[in-house]
Amino acid sequence: MGIIRPRRFFVLFVSLCPCLAASAQEPAPPDDVQVLRSEIQALRADYERRLADLEARLGALTAATPAPPPPPAPVTEPPPALTAGATPPAGGKVFNPDIAVIGNFLGAAGHDSPDAPPSLELNEVEATFQAVVDPYARADFFLAFSPEGAEVEEGFVTFPTLPGGLLAKVGKMRGSFGRVNQMHDHVLPWTDRPLVATSLLGGEEGISNAGVSISRLIQNPVAFLEATGEVYRGDDDVFSTPERDDLTWVGRLRAYRDLTESTNLDLGGSIAYGGNEEGPGFKTRLVGADLTFRYRPLRRAIYKRLVGRTEAVWSRREAPGGDANAFGLYVSGEYQFARRWFAGARYDYAERPTAPDLADEGGSLLLTFWPSEFSQVRTQLRRTRFGEGNTANEFLFQLLFSIGAHGAHAF
Amino acid sequence: MKRLLFAPIAVMMASSAQAQLRVVGATEDMAAIAREVGGDKVKVDAIARGYQDPHFVEAKPSFILLLAKADLLIAVGRELEVSWLPPLVTQSRNARIQPGSPGYLDASQGVRILDVPTGTVTRAMGDVHPSGNPHYWLDPGNGRKVAQAVKAKLSELDRANAAYYEQRYADFDRRLAEAEKRWDATMAPFKGMKIVTYHRSWTNFADRFGLDVIGFVEPKPGVPPSPQHTIALIKAMKAQGIKVLLVEPYFDLKTPNSIGRETGAAVLVLPPSVGGEKVITDYIKLFDYDVDKFARAAGAR
Repeated sequence: MGIIRPRRFFVLFVSLCPCLAASAQEPAPPDDVQVLRSEIQALRADYERRLADLEARLGALTAATPAPPPPPAPVTEPPPALTAGATPPAGGKVFNPDIAVIGNFLGAAGHDSPDAPPSLELNEVEATFQAVVDPYARADFFLAFSPEGAEVEEGFVTFPTLPGGLLAKVGKMRGSFGRVNQMHDHVLPWTDRPLVATSLLGGEEGISNAGVSISRLIQNPVAFLEATGEVYRGDDDVFSTPERDDLTWVGRLRAYRDLTESTNLDLGGSIAYGGNEEGPGFKTRLVGADLTFRYRPLRRAIYKRLVGRTEAVWSRREAPGGDANAFGLYVSGEYQFARRWFAGARYDYAERPTAPDLADEGGSLLLTFWPSEFSQVRTQLRRTRFGEGNTANEFLFQLLFSIGAHGAHAF
Repeated sequence: MKRLLFAPIAVMMASSAQAQLRVVGATEDMAAIAREVGGDKVKVDAIARGYQDPHFVEAKPSFILLLAKADLLIAVGRELEVSWLPPLVTQSRNARIQPGSPGYLDASQGVRILDVPTGTVTRAMGDVHPSGNPHYWLDPGNGRKVAQAVKAKLSELDRANAAYYEQRYADFDRRLAEAEKRWDATMAPFKGMKIVTYHRSWTNFADRFGLDVIGFVEPKPGVPPSPQHTIALIKAMKAQGIKVLLVEPYFDLKTPNSIGRETGAAVLVLPPSVGGEKVITDYIKLFDYDVDKFARAAGAR
């Protein structure tokens, strides 16, 4: 409170100034003196009130006494010099975006895989920058650095406060087709992408490009229902168009419902349509359906959960020799059996979009360990029977590690 | 004719005056305080349940529906909800509750925050909260400050009922002050008592009632117990004669129970939030329950 007192004198001085100035002039009539006095009193009262308010606020901030002295034998290492008080000021860094860097280290062993991943590889380093742009928008950048080079994996602005309950995103994005296409590598429940994603959805990059996305919630008493419509410049790994006005269109309808407080069901239908590399006029149409079931008991949420998911994709690809129809799907389950341990399994099936007679089929078993929220060790045994007849048995290993801001968990 | 024109407007005004403000508390504690102040002028929902770990809430789309209609969102703040609330708020498509908007209240502004790290903060310390311990509502004095902030916010959003909120707050303040006297009397015999807790949830509670937390079952915040740490903890507890070990209801009891067996300390499952037990239906009952359960366990030792 010692800081406040000189300030009170200053306020008193300021409030008395008009009085001193007035006394230096002609003696004022008694009425004016009264008026002046009442004005000064009003001013003083106002300052007193404000001062009291400020003191109260300052009091609230500093009322906190220092934390009790450290116990004689602290069994848990406390953060250094814990004190009571408000948030330390962040200075000029306050507007910096939240930054995080995630490393994805992969190892592989085994044989007979035609597109064999390298034995050891820092597959990707993803740098994320996320912040609010202004009262109307926020921005998210995901820059990916891989042995193939650096690229903007995603970089978009989101407008969450548009009229009509709309949510708009503009920039480079992963398209809202199904579930796995929207996931970054480090949030996948596997070390790899399922066959259906690599064969029919463009693999690691997927349906991803510069575009505009608009989504809206459809109010109804039964479930969460969200409709999304997107348009992209069509030249990614699935769609390829030489014409500027030949765009790729993506639509998705997602329904979600809590079955109990611990279980829920997530259902989605997606469609994507755009030109393919066969030339002008040749289109590819993808239709997808996905279903996710989750079980996570709230009282033991950090120890136990079960996720079952499946996604099916039908591809129809126009080509000079006739249309090619291909189908693919995966069915996967992950079970958390201890605070840091997860086991999983996946079945894969995918026909080739350009040669539907050739179908690849596979299965995987997974074991994941989480040392903390910020790192993850995962192993995967993968067996794939390729359409050509050969079978590959592989052991895949992944170490994920992240530094920087604590990001939101994917759901 | 004029009357015909004005009638619908009058009806609209009347209905909007009667319409309840929709308030969403990020946790049941925030929701409970909002209910105290808002009374029947507000409809209050909560996201995290009182018996779940508030650090690990899933960002379910059903919560987006709650937030889409909210007039006011009360966040606990201090990074407690960092992994789940921001995406829900963005996807709510609700301009009223975006951070910085009038309908977003970070309840931690203006309360007494402990455990603010002042040195270099790294994740080698575990899952530390750089801006201080977010379990601040476990000091009733902080609950009062949150109620003040909620009162100011509700009065700002719904000026017509400002006097009502003022009166509700004054009533809550009075009941809380009475209850505090009761809790202080019950806890008085245990002033200075050394205890151990599972997570760093009880810093404000211990500070308020003069308990001395000498260690944690977690080696570091958010890190599950390790054998070496547990052995060291048992040794320290024996040396200092620790009689009570507090465990939040969402943690596994295996390690706490084995510590209890080794040291003779009572393992006390104490809910840190409203809704943590069926009988804890409001903020005052939370302390009634916890203080009573603590005193019975500590007194029996």
